[in-house]
Order: sequence, then C-alpha cells, then structure tokens
Amino acid sequence: MNNFIKSREFWLGAAILGIIFGVSLRAPNFVNFANLADIFNNTSMLIILALGQMVVILTRSIDLSMASNLALSGMIVALINAAYPEIPVPVLMIIATFCGLLMGAFNGILVWKLNIPAIVVTLGTLTIFRGTIFLIAGGQWVNAAELSTGFVQMTRHLFIGLPLLSWFAIVIAIGFFIFMTRTSSGRNLYAIGVNPTASVYAGINVGRTKFNSFCIAGALSGFCGFLWVSRYVIGSVEVANGYELTIIAACVIGGISIAGGVGSVVGTILGALFLGIINSALPVINISPFWQMAISGSAIILAVILNGRSANKKGRIILKTSEDSS
Amino acid sequence: MSDRQQPTNARLIPDRLTSRLKDNLMSWPSLLLVVALLIFLANSLASPYFLSPWALSDATFNFTEKAIIALAMALLIVSGEIDISVSGIIAITSTMMGVALQFGADTTTLVLVGLSVGLICGAFNGVLVTKLGLPSIVVTIGTMSLFRGISFIILGDKSYKNYPESFAYFGQGYLYWVISFEFVLYLLLAVGFYILLHKTNFGRHVFTIGNNAVAAEFSGVRVARVKFVLFCLTGLMAGVAAILLTSRLGSTRPSIARGWELEVITMVVLGGVNILGGSGSVQGVVIAAFIMGLVTFGLGLLNVPGIIMSVILGILLITVIALPTLLSKFKNRQ
Repeated sequence: MNNFIKSREFWLGAAILGIIFGVSLRAPNFVNFANLADIFNNTSMLIILALGQMVVILTRSIDLSMASNLALSGMIVALINAAYPEIPVPVLMIIATFCGLLMGAFNGILVWKLNIPAIVVTLGTLTIFRGTIFLIAGGQWVNAAELSTGFVQMTRHLFIGLPLLSWFAIVIAIGFFIFMTRTSSGRNLYAIGVNPTASVYAGINVGRTKFNSFCIAGALSGFCGFLWVSRYVIGSVEVANGYELTIIAACVIGGISIAGGVGSVVGTILGALFLGIINSALPVINISPFWQMAISGSAIILAVILNGRSANKKGRIILKTSEDSS
Repeated sequence: MSDRQQPTNARLIPDRLTSRLKDNLMSWPSLLLVVALLIFLANSLASPYFLSPWALSDATFNFTEKAIIALAMALLIVSGEIDISVSGIIAITSTMMGVALQFGADTTTLVLVGLSVGLICGAFNGVLVTKLGLPSIVVTIGTMSLFRGISFIILGDKSYKNYPESFAYFGQGYLYWVISFEFVLYLLLAVGFYILLHKTNFGRHVFTIGNNAVAAEFSGVRVARVKFVLFCLTGLMAGVAAILLTSRLGSTRPSIARGWELEVITMVVLGGVNILGGSGSVQGVVIAAFIMGLVTFGLGLLNVPGIIMSVILGILLITVIALPTLLSKFKNRQ
C-alpha cells in the first residue's frame, strides 16, 4: 500500500483527477460520462502509440519515425480505399498494420544487424517515410469525398456506449498489460533495458528483442494510421506531423525512463490521458489553445525531474567495508 | 577454444605503424569531401544555372543558419549530450526580438536581445541537465515545447513585422560582391569552433567526457561545468541563427524554424560525429553542411519538391552511417 502511494501511477492518477475536479469548478458540465468518454476517445490513438513507443524505450532505443509511419500507412490505405472502395474495411486494417510492421522491421533490422543507434536510424526513416507519402500520392490529398462510408464509419460505431476507436485502445491496453507483466517476452524487454550485458548471459537475444520491439511499435503505428484516416477523414503528407515528440512526451510523463528498463503500461496510459485531459480542458476554462504547447512542455520537464528523483534511490550496502567489519 | 581465439586477438594488433597521410586520406572528413565534390560535379552537369557566382551565393543562404547551430551541437553531441530544443530557442528568441521591437528597440538592442535570450535558454537547458542530472534528450524535448509554446502564447496567430532596415543587413547583406555577411560569419564561427574543439584544453575535455564521463570526473575535469558551457554555447548559436533568420525573413511567426532540430542533428551525424559521444570533428560537420546545402540547392534547380529532398537526405544519413559497418562486415566475411 505504501509503495502504491509513492508510485508514479498514483500521483499521475491524482493529478488527472485534480485537473478534472478543478475544471469542473469552472465548467460543471465538463464532468459527465459523454464528455469524459469523448476525451478518452480523442486520446485513444495517443495511448496505442505511446504503448508502442514504451516497448522501444524500455529496450534503451527510441523510435522517432512513428508519426511518419502512421501517416504513410494511413495514406496507403486511404489511396487503396479511394481506388477500390469494394475492398472490405477489415482488410484495409490488416494492410495498414502490415505496412507499419514492415516499416518497423526496417528500423529494427538497421538497429539489430548494423548496430546503428536507434535515434539516427529513426531520424532518417522519419523523413524517408514522410517523403514517400508525397511520392505515392503525387502531392495530392485524399479527402472525405473519396473515402468510402464504411471506412469513415468504422471508428464511429458505438459498442456498449463507446465508439469502436475507444474499444481498440482498451483491448490493446489490456493486451499490453498481460504481455508486459505475464509473459517472458515482455519481461525480457525490461531485462535488456536494465542490463543488456547480464541479459546476454541470461540467454536473451538482445538484438532480436530490440528488433521485435521496433516491429511492435511499427505495427501499432500502422494500425493507428488506419484509425487516423478513418477518424479524421483525411490522408495527406501533413498527417500527424511532429506527433512523434507528443508520443515520447506521453511516455516520459507516464514515468518511462529514457535510460531504459523502467516504466509500466498503466503509467504510460495515464501519461497519454494526462496530455489528453489538458488539451481538452484548456478551451473549457477559456484558456487560449496557444497555451497548450507551453503547458505540455512544462509537464514534460516536471515529469523528467520527478523521474530523476525516484531514480536517485540510495544504493544498498551489501558488503561491509573493512573498517566497518573490524 | 583458446587456440581458436588466438587469431582474432592477433588481428587487433597492427603489424605495422599506421601512416599519417593514409589515415588522413581515409578519414571521415576526406570521404565526405569526395562526396561533396561529386555532388558539386553532378549539380554543375545537371543544371546550366548552377555554376554562376550568384546562384552559388544564394545556395549558401539555405543552410548557413542551420550550419551555425550544427557547430555548437557537434561539440554537445561529442560530449554525450544533445539539444532538441534549438528550434524552440529560435522561435522564442525571434519572438523576444519582436517584443523588443514593439518597445522601439534599435538594431543594436535587437541583436543584444537575440544573443541574450538564446544564451539564457541554453543556460536553462544546461542547469536542468547538469544541476539536476537529467537526460538531455527528454529535457530538451520538454524545453522545445516550452520555448516554442511561450512564443505561441505571446504571438498566437499574429506575427511581428517592420524590422528596421539596418537590421536586414545580417540576413540579407553582402560584404563584398556575392559574399554574404551570413556566410562569412559562418566561416569565422567554424574556424572558432575548430580551434575550440581541436586545439584547446577545453576541447580535449569535451572528448574525454564523451568517452568516459566518470573517468573524466576522476581525472579532474569539471564535467558539469564543461557541459553547462556547451549548452550555453548551443543556445547562443541558436540565438545567432535566430537573428540571421529573422533578419532574412523580415518577420517573426511562432512556427518559425519548425523541425530544424532534426536537420541540424542530421548535419552533425552526417559530419561523422558519433551520436553516442566521444568522437567527431568540426571539419566533418562543416563539409556535411555544404553537402546538405548543395544537395538541396541542386535538386531545387531541377524543380524537385522540398519533401523529396528530405527523403534523399534521410537516405544519405542512413547509408553514410551504415556504410562503415557494412564494409567491415563484408571484409570479415572474406
């Protein structure tokens, strides 16, 4: 219990409830199921993407190309949908996820086989993926009129009171929770983040695991590309431009250490929700949306400072020094 | 087992002394120089407009500001840190100069405001990283949003214009014939940074810290102070870039220089600086800046859209980094 009160998840949850409470004093109708569900729905994609990024950061890597991957996968399915509206929507979903997976695998293979630092690889693929959108679409947009209704309605179907988009996030979050805490593959991710050398001796293939983490992040980005096009009804070069840093911000606020090996699924989800709540609360309390960027920036800095504090735990003395024992 | 390991160990010891000339010829900057010359040649063959003094002078404008930041960023990355917030610093610096302008500041005051805001932002990053011991990559992602966020708060969807005419000289003026003020300033700064990194004790300290910060600390290098100075320098150079860019554009918007941080880092990495710290050279970064400038400008003459250029730069970045590893793998297989 004491540990729980000290945990990042507890404080982040409390901060989110505090913001909701504070905002509700100014705008009482902020707190009702429909509005909160709406905020969750708007944050769903950030949650999914942040979980993908979490897996990569845990292994001491970083994926800057997620937003570009999302935009390219989204554009591919948008173009397919515009050209062949008869292809069923679930097939598009699989295509987008697969495209994302391929791009993630490309990042992963460069990191695994060529030992290039992840930040350099994904810095390069960030521009390559986004430029490819321009190439395949010839600089054109895919707009609402060109997309089929089935595709556009996909994320909006209500299922037990929530849109399908929210359900995707919930199912993926639960899946991740089980994966990270109950499977050896999930635990391996933590292991190689905490100590890569020891992991090798423990029989974990570090390079392979990193490769897998990039594949996971890529597949989730591709999947979100599909969701993004369906939700915002647009495919363009500008989709999710600069979003890669928001994804990392959600992870950092959620308590994931950029040094690897530290972080939890619940923390990541709360980190994403924290950004989502701030974004939707500002207009309600009449603060200009232009404040958004500075506030999330401050939140990131604060979160990193708090992360640093909790990491500075004093080491335990296992062996006494000779003066002590004599 | 042990007799199988023998040959690999033996291979580590060179069987003859390495020649200085050969080392220099095979070094990263010389390879980059060859790439730069090839690109220059390709450009002059591809477009008849490329080889004119004015065109070449124009070509320098689109990379000097980024290249100026890359000089300081190179030192920072050599020391094992990174600054993602440089584009945010440009935004806030430009905005503050705009604010000063509203109070009737003259050109000298504008420049002073620009330099000091850049320096303060750099110092802020430096304090967060060195005093609180935080990872610079995340801290500066945060300060990037904070700095640019402040200019969004101040400016919203508006912009500052009407900078004094004498202020326009920094980004648009020519010292002599086609040689622009910006370009000369860049070359002077490049020489300055070359001396700082390669010819002074401070520079040796930067390398030592990048290779092993703990060992450096125990050898008496004031690690925190050196890193702090490097963050201040990066902030200051971002301030200089902000002055040049604002002067060149003649206006300030909060979205100014968006995405530059990644281009600057690409320039540094392309220049042969190890992203993990510990090695790199200013010459390499300078040549990389020219490569990026030449590629962008040459493709521009051929009517290639900007986004395709960024794809080519991305591919260039990955290939150039992957090439040494690929080559050594290939060698080992034989």
